[in-house]
Amino acid sequence: MKKFLKTLTAVTLPLMMIGGTAHAAGGETKPLKHPHFAFEGVTGSYDQDALQRGFQVYREVCAACHSLNYVAFRHLGDPGGPYYMDECPVGVPEGVDCSNPNNNPVIKALAAEYMVEDGPDDAGDMFMRPGLPSDYFPSPFANPQQAMAANGGSMPPDMSLIAKARHHGPQYVYSLLLGYEEPPATITVPAGTHYNVYYPGDTTSLLKDEYLDEEGQPLDSVEVPYGGAFKMAAPLRDGMISYADGSDETVEQYSYDVASFLMWAAEPKMEQRKQMGMVVFIYLFILALIVYFSYKQLWKNVKDTD
Amino acid sequence: MSHESTYVPNSGFERWLDKRLPLIRFGDDFMGFPTPKNLNYWYTFGGILTLCLMIQIITGVILAMHYTAHEDYAFWSVEHIMRDVNFGHIIRYAHSNGASMFFIAVYMHMFRGLYYGSYKEPREVIWILGVVIFLLMMGTAFMGYVLPWGQMSFWGATVITSLFGAIPVVGESIKTLLWGGYSVDNPTLNRFYALHYLLPFLIAGVVVLHIWALHVPGNTNPTGVEIKNVKKDTVPFHPYYTVKDGFAVVLFLMLFAAFLFFMPNSLGHPDNYIEANPLVTPAHIVPEWYFLPFYAMLRAITFDVFFITSKLGGVLVMFGSIIILFVLPWLDRSKVRSMRYRPWAKMWFFIFVVNAIFLGWLGGKPAEQPYILLAQIGTLYYFAYFLVILPVLSIVETPKPLPKSISEDVLAKKKARMKKPAAELSGGIAQPAE
Repeated sequence: MKKFLKTLTAVTLPLMMIGGTAHAAGGETKPLKHPHFAFEGVTGSYDQDALQRGFQVYREVCAACHSLNYVAFRHLGDPGGPYYMDECPVGVPEGVDCSNPNNNPVIKALAAEYMVEDGPDDAGDMFMRPGLPSDYFPSPFANPQQAMAANGGSMPPDMSLIAKARHHGPQYVYSLLLGYEEPPATITVPAGTHYNVYYPGDTTSLLKDEYLDEEGQPLDSVEVPYGGAFKMAAPLRDGMISYADGSDETVEQYSYDVASFLMWAAEPKMEQRKQMGMVVFIYLFILALIVYFSYKQLWKNVKDTD
Repeated sequence: MSHESTYVPNSGFERWLDKRLPLIRFGDDFMGFPTPKNLNYWYTFGGILTLCLMIQIITGVILAMHYTAHEDYAFWSVEHIMRDVNFGHIIRYAHSNGASMFFIAVYMHMFRGLYYGSYKEPREVIWILGVVIFLLMMGTAFMGYVLPWGQMSFWGATVITSLFGAIPVVGESIKTLLWGGYSVDNPTLNRFYALHYLLPFLIAGVVVLHIWALHVPGNTNPTGVEIKNVKKDTVPFHPYYTVKDGFAVVLFLMLFAAFLFFMPNSLGHPDNYIEANPLVTPAHIVPEWYFLPFYAMLRAITFDVFFITSKLGGVLVMFGSIIILFVLPWLDRSKVRSMRYRPWAKMWFFIFVVNAIFLGWLGGKPAEQPYILLAQIGTLYYFAYFLVILPVLSIVETPKPLPKSISEDVLAKKKARMKKPAAELSGGIAQPAE
């Protein structure tokens, strides 16, 4: 019976969900905000300053709950990354190649600020040591259960791929962080959740009873509001993070920067990929011309003769 | 169009080898194969598909060197390829977008075959082998999509493999065999990986048969008229078609490169960047775009017919939509191959193409009205095209007169071109005002 139920849910649930997603007006979010990101477009590349500020936002705010499991400290010093450097700053001994993240003084110092578990040592014990560039970002929670227990039963998703794991990822992250609005009078927001106009949850179920008909469907006169009830409280406030470079210390700027950083975290090789694409296109274009004229030359007389 | 060998061994070594293993003779005959001189660009997709298969195998073998087929490491190993393997991100995007390119090309190739009657006598075997390749491609692509072990991998695999459970008597056993257990799990991933590595080599084997079968009767051509005079009607494949196919290949690679380098995730689903979680069902389970028309037909069957449940009915319709292609040569009895000369068939064919794209669009929509009704109409047309329209047209349709030969057609075309005023030929180049 258990097996049957499992199979049944496995097959019917998805089909039901597919049916459920486009229910009436409910379940829609407000159209996403679309700031101009430096990495957009065919020639777009990451703005290193924005990445550094975005990393700062991640580190000081998001990292309290969200892991960054697929990113190592050394990745921050790879070409295109927030702390990549061509040349070593003053004070680094001669002959050291700082384009290698393992020698990058910023990366080394940053990694050393974290404590990571290593071992077992010769006595068979695990021990803590300062991080190295090759270490990965430590997770804020020991396991998913602990993460869920600390966050009202829902797991804060890993941030490494979030910008690719959502439709229009960077715009979504940016909008979501700016989407905490006063809930409309027609809905009740459950305790422990927060109304957000960009969060993809269905507000139909939150409508107050007086706006529902006998069957529990929304009345025709009621507009089902955008968005949904989100477990995460608004994480950013104006001025909460101090930027060293004098950029605006506003929620808009923080959101923009962290969205840029998360795009980089999800797609760290984007710049190399686009650069290679340009070269490939030039190559293919020249090749196309050569092959086309060879074709025309070769076939010149074929169709005329009988 | 099997032809006499024209190879003459020139050097002593070639003469020596020719008596023992006539490899060079084989290559020479193969490349010099007489090919109708009027093939258009729709005929270049065979060459493009060969390239697609090679790209998939080469990138796939490299990915296999870095990939780990285990439920705990698969997702991680893909990220390792994307972040740490040299050029790993390019190779992986080439493989995932390469699959889409492969299907674009195969659909073009199949529409070409349908339009120019390439499935008709004496080319039934070429067509049937082609359908076998298509089936193998679908199996390979489906299993390949499971390997990254993302949410869509896992749930797509769950939905599709569960369909086999609808088959009476043996359904449950087939499902257990596919899963290697009682749900999609680590054993499923392991066997899908093994099969995903195996099937492309089977495809390559059937491709050899497909080309061999092609080299017996020779290519069709847009007129559908067989070769009358090898000298007048044909050119050797090399260099005439290597260069023409070559140009088409370069254009196709540009399309490929546009996706690979500038929008590598546009054809995929964001949910596949979330690691598989058996406890969380994605809001919207959709297959890759190239399966959507078949997915629409699967979901169109929402009613029971006698003892056939709607689920089994959907499965039968989905598989039937491909199985029916096997018997197509015996459904369309018209002696005229090319729809260029079949005004009625041509119209129904274009409706068929639009209907196929329409079904693809419906496959991505939720399973609710009006989409279900529209998918039912689309499914009905899909089957009616093969089972009713083509058989009936082969009796009632009066085809237009056929050209006597390929070369006559080519010359007539050229004459028609020459008659037109020069200004029209140059296509919109500035003309002196009258």
